Amino acid sequence: MKRFSIRVLLAALLSIFANNVFAAPAAIKIGALFSVTGPPSFLGEPERNSAKMVVEEINAKGGIKGRKLELVVYDTGGDATKAVQAANRLIKEDKVVAIIGPSTTGESMAVLPVAEKEGIPLISCAAGSKITDPVKKWVFKTAQNDGLAVSKIYEYLNRKKISRVAILTVSDGFGSSGREQLKANAAKFGIKIVVDDTYGPKDTDMTSQLTKIRGSQAQAVICWGTNPGPAVIAKNVKQLGIKLPLIMSHGVSSKKFIELAGDAADGIILPSGRVIVSDVLPSSDKQKKSLQSFVKDYQNHYKVEGDHFGGHAWDAVMLIKGAIERGGDSPTAIRDQLEKTRGFAGIGGVFSFSPSDHAGLNKDAFVLVEIRNKDWALVK
Amino acid sequence: MNREIVKYLLLVVVVLFIPLLVHEGYMLNVMVFVGIHAMLALALNLLLGYAGQISLGQAGFFGLGAYVSGILTTSFNLDPWIAMIIAAIFVTLLAFVIGFPILKLKGHYLAMATLGLGIIIYIVFNEAVDHTGGPSGLSGIPNLKIAGIVFDNDLKNYFLIWGFTLVSIGLSLNLVHSRIGRALRSIHDSEVAARVMGVNARILKVQIFALSACISAVAGSLYAHTMTFIAPASFGFNFSVELVTMVIIGGLASIYGSILGAALLTMLPELLRTFQDYDIIVYGLLLIVMTMYMPGGLVNGIPAVFSRLKGKSKREGGGDA
Repeated sequence: MKRFSIRVLLAALLSIFANNVFAAPAAIKIGALFSVTGPPSFLGEPERNSAKMVVEEINAKGGIKGRKLELVVYDTGGDATKAVQAANRLIKEDKVVAIIGPSTTGESMAVLPVAEKEGIPLISCAAGSKITDPVKKWVFKTAQNDGLAVSKIYEYLNRKKISRVAILTVSDGFGSSGREQLKANAAKFGIKIVVDDTYGPKDTDMTSQLTKIRGSQAQAVICWGTNPGPAVIAKNVKQLGIKLPLIMSHGVSSKKFIELAGDAADGIILPSGRVIVSDVLPSSDKQKKSLQSFVKDYQNHYKVEGDHFGGHAWDAVMLIKGAIERGGDSPTAIRDQLEKTRGFAGIGGVFSFSPSDHAGLNKDAFVLVEIRNKDWALVK
Repeated sequence: MNREIVKYLLLVVVVLFIPLLVHEGYMLNVMVFVGIHAMLALALNLLLGYAGQISLGQAGFFGLGAYVSGILTTSFNLDPWIAMIIAAIFVTLLAFVIGFPILKLKGHYLAMATLGLGIIIYIVFNEAVDHTGGPSGLSGIPNLKIAGIVFDNDLKNYFLIWGFTLVSIGLSLNLVHSRIGRALRSIHDSEVAARVMGVNARILKVQIFALSACISAVAGSLYAHTMTFIAPASFGFNFSVELVTMVIIGGLASIYGSILGAALLTMLPELLRTFQDYDIIVYGLLLIVMTMYMPGGLVNGIPAVFSRLKGKSKREGGGDA
């Protein structure tokens, strides 16, 4: 019996060895850092799912120039320390040629010195504009800058002749970046912020802030946060009988928000990536093809609707694929080709990078949508 | 006492030899964090293991050290070393002032108060956006440098951090084997008895609390200058709990235990990456098993396991003969 098991072991070892020697050209390794667990898991999970899905698809179609892609994903739990450790591991141990992620602005800021020092292209999936402003040689991003969403909202307010607003932002990375952009861009659009208030990510009642807003001169309320806070605010607004228009950020552009807010969601306006409205887009829209294939695939794979967070990872993988197809698969070649990407119609928008712009999107990356009868409708 | 010196020198040799084994790999980067965590676990162990006073706010002091260093160097362009000294003094004084009222509390109430303290500090990091950069963090913190050597890679940082860690270990060993160390343990066993014996328990508790905060703050400064980026998420309640876990898993009232605990809890998640999505479950199970079967921590548990194995093999050997 003992001899038999040794023979099996030998055979197994031999076959592994043989595989290594005679296998097809080695896979191209791409690293990914997503906060699959922890508070930002609502970002990390769809991102990981989308990245895995698109890599599988690329491999099923024969890979890139005959070589398969291999995705190495590490969970960062939303913690900058872990993200830096994992980035080091990806670069030094796994020897990846490019890194996708991390999911949040904080983690991205922590990881980018590592990418810069080691010379590995990094495509962040976080929104904070400071990731690529000022431009860093090796760092790109796919999530739309918060400033673009703010411009979209302020343009709408200008059209509606609303000039006094109250802003209510969540006290986390997403909210503070939104608050910064809302304040920085207000003057340019002739908008005055009459109330500037915040709420905690775990707060369950925002009536005190809203009562303050009700007593102010505000003509509209802009709320900046991710689920579940904004749903509480929508409900509180309804309970308090506040008649002001309520505008949300792209942080809630998923069906989950409508579920959470229920009837209170009706009439809310928000800027959003095109994912959620892919069906009602005109067929002339450049992104329509990418969007529909992403939404359909995600539905088939994971039985839930794909959202724009997953789209950031989808875009990142496709951008790297394009770069490798055009150039080589060394980190330097990928970086150079990424920078030369023009007019790539992805999920987040139409990307055009340049040496002075590593974010690659303009405000057309967002559309304004209104929630009507528990569904999304385009605001013309 | 001579044995202590031999043990310490042995540790120094191990620390010096590790870079020869792991070279430039990412494990060296992990070892840098092991060093920082070892300092923090050590600081907490002085308080928790020796004096018997719990603190669930250690991450707050760690964070304060990091933020004071970060803000002074980025906004005020101070030299990192000076910023580090200011951070350490500031945090020590703060802990000293807060220590008097807080350390009157005992048991669960002390746990609650320190927990509150940690959370307040965490909230300040998040809300004082103009100074701390808020939740998305503070970037562009400079590296430390001595005489032209800039500590900007893993190898240099390894020696920097472990240099500080070894000094803290040396000082702590000295402290716990001194009269003060004995006084601390007497407070641990019975505060009333200690007082009767003439130990000024009240002052001593505050002093050790301040010392613990001071070491944590230095670790925080080192963290800020090696990472060059800090965000509040690294200094939350979870991290305080992780530090308590390091101390308990390593072994209460054991300096070397703190280092073992810090090394284990920092390296384990990296080693468990092979389990992919299930690593957290395996991690949790391992911790449960360790606390169940090694209640005295790794320092006492590992020798116990070895001696049991020895005993077993002897018995088996006897059976054969």
